[in-house]
Amino acid sequence: MYPIVEKKKLSETVKLMKVKAPLVAKKAKAGQFIILRIDEKGERIPLTIADYNRNEGTVTIIFMEVGKTTKQLGTMIEGDNILNFAGPLGKSSEIENYGTVVCIGGGVGIAPLYPIIKALKEAGNYVICILGARDKSLLMLEEEISKNCDELHIATDDGSKGLKGFVSDVLQKLIDNDKKIDIVWAIGPVIMMKVVANLTKKYDIKTIVSLNPIMVDGTGMCGGCRVEVGGKTKFACVDGPEFDGHKVDFNNLMLRNRRFLRDEEEACKMHEETS
Amino acid sequence: MAVRKNKYEMPEQKPKNRINNFNEVPYGYDEQTAIDEAKRCLQCKNKPCMQGCPVEIDIPGFIKCIADGDFDKAADVIKSKNSLPAVSGRVCPYEEQCEGLCTIKKIGEPVGIGRLERFIADYERKKGVKKPIKKKSTGKKTAIIGSGPAGLTCAGDLAKMGHEVTVFEAFHAPGGVLMYGIPEFRLPKEIVNAEVDYIKKLGVEIKYDVVVGKTISTEELLDEYDSVFIATGAGLPRFLNIPGENLDGVYSANEFLTRINMMKAYKFPEYDTPVKIGEVVATFGAGNVAMDSARTALRLGAKKSYIIYRRSDVEMPARNEEIQHAKEEGIIFKLLTNPIEFKGNDKGYLTQVKCIKMKLGDPDESGRRRPIPIPDSEEIINIDTAIIAIGQSPNPLIPQTMKKLKIQKWGNIETDEDGRTNIPGVFAGGDIATGAATVILAMGAGKRSARAMDEYMKTKIWPIKK
Repeated sequence: MYPIVEKKKLSETVKLMKVKAPLVAKKAKAGQFIILRIDEKGERIPLTIADYNRNEGTVTIIFMEVGKTTKQLGTMIEGDNILNFAGPLGKSSEIENYGTVVCIGGGVGIAPLYPIIKALKEAGNYVICILGARDKSLLMLEEEISKNCDELHIATDDGSKGLKGFVSDVLQKLIDNDKKIDIVWAIGPVIMMKVVANLTKKYDIKTIVSLNPIMVDGTGMCGGCRVEVGGKTKFACVDGPEFDGHKVDFNNLMLRNRRFLRDEEEACKMHEETS
Repeated sequence: MAVRKNKYEMPEQKPKNRINNFNEVPYGYDEQTAIDEAKRCLQCKNKPCMQGCPVEIDIPGFIKCIADGDFDKAADVIKSKNSLPAVSGRVCPYEEQCEGLCTIKKIGEPVGIGRLERFIADYERKKGVKKPIKKKSTGKKTAIIGSGPAGLTCAGDLAKMGHEVTVFEAFHAPGGVLMYGIPEFRLPKEIVNAEVDYIKKLGVEIKYDVVVGKTISTEELLDEYDSVFIATGAGLPRFLNIPGENLDGVYSANEFLTRINMMKAYKFPEYDTPVKIGEVVATFGAGNVAMDSARTALRLGAKKSYIIYRRSDVEMPARNEEIQHAKEEGIIFKLLTNPIEFKGNDKGYLTQVKCIKMKLGDPDESGRRRPIPIPDSEEIINIDTAIIAIGQSPNPLIPQTMKKLKIQKWGNIETDEDGRTNIPGVFAGGDIATGAATVILAMGAGKRSARAMDEYMKTKIWPIKK
């Protein structure tokens, strides 16, 4: 059992939870994820680690309520227990001093980007962050991130904060202004990562993306999370979740992430009717 | 009195009924039939059957007890060697092991040793398992990685010897392949849980959600424990590596079976994990896992369930009993047929598989005749779901994270006969050491390692390999 020690509502549909999981906290590194299961009848879902505190033995997760499990998780409160919480899984981000790094986070993808930003900054990089969302209510961790980076840019689809437009527009501007960029990290919706990767490919800027395919076990056993990278099949859970964005087949990932959409809708409907 | 030539039949669910449920197929012997079957045993002095038992059960011994009607004593005889008899009594390939060496085979069918083991295990479980006798505590601590058949057997034996045993399991439930791999209709999960409860009664603690190599390293375990046994199995699914394999609707057998057996997707939406199969399902491969997958698909409502296999029926690696059960249930076998491409619709969903006919050529390195494609024999089969069941490789998590550990070419951990690795105090057994094999061989490996670990913990002597 893993108790929820803190819960915060970041927006109508985005929640933050600090979960007591000392073994996971002890080993967690930027870029890794956990798998949780709420209760006996629950499914196993992967969530990228948003922060961790080794002294407190806590791991922070931030999630958007999109499916049945995340909706149910969103109803849980401080003191409630999550039945299973395994990790840290996957490979951690390759943190080193690259020079100038641009970290791009879209929507709920800002959460897993946060520990990477911190680690890159600590490693001595000049860190430029670009955060984007549909509107300002879906932006998160702005304050925390601004403390840990050298430049912060914001873009919203509706212009409610920062530039009206996409994160890729901000990136394009940086490139146009002859900013020397050594590497880009992009985490967010698949379509955002695809657009960013297509843009950086033109300028030959190495780009790391973090993939979030459907998983069951998270230890390389089921192969449900397979993604095509450089024409080869990789398992996001053990080979990733971070990959070279220039080699990822994003279209395949988008299709694979839709494979249980109808079942998900059915489960959500049932959840809403019974709760 | 002449010996009856045939085994007594074990009653089972009729195929037309059982394809609509997940209940176990055979019902098992009743008491009288068990006694009658036990009386077929000749009680050979040289006990040939025992040579075929990886867990060293005194087979004529327990059969004699059954023939005498003393089922409790029969249970004691079995349990003194085998902590998981209800499991091995169901999934062992007896025909190749104990029963394959039975003297009566010279004149007819061997004694139904597997059926008798199962009978006793079920008898004991229904009656309430006795609290096992444990030796005095040795004060030694041991860590077992993985709670599958190898890990559980090793844990049970070490606990009986008086050691303090902790099992680390990555999943949220115990049993490994017994839980995620083998379907309910062949090995009810209630039975696996009962066997695990017995191991726990021996004092074994199981810690879930611990992915050794990630949550904690093997080296850290070695600091805290006097010995470590790695039993992480063959969990890495193999794929066909043909175009279209990442279309939606193509599963590894591991994913398909885990969703259903462990996550109970067949009870969706009561349980949250979904599985989607459509009307026509094709399973590729012809081992036990393939049979399990194809038969599971039928039970989920598939109108047609194919086994597609590139060799012929004699090369099929599944047990005969599984193949027979599959045939009775209406599984369609397309043999000498090899998939070459999956095709999908514009939504990325699988719709067809393109196959080519094969013929058998000269034997290959496995000793089986090599399948060769017949030119211009392609055919297209419309399917909704594909399940790839062509085998598993050893789980790479520990080999990847424990750098000093000696690994063989195919990713399995190198060990001696008793499971000693190249690192003192670290043992390995089951599929992680041998590559994918059977439940009973994994149990046998767990047993041998338990003995070697006991010796090592008492003496601290680590034999140097010649």
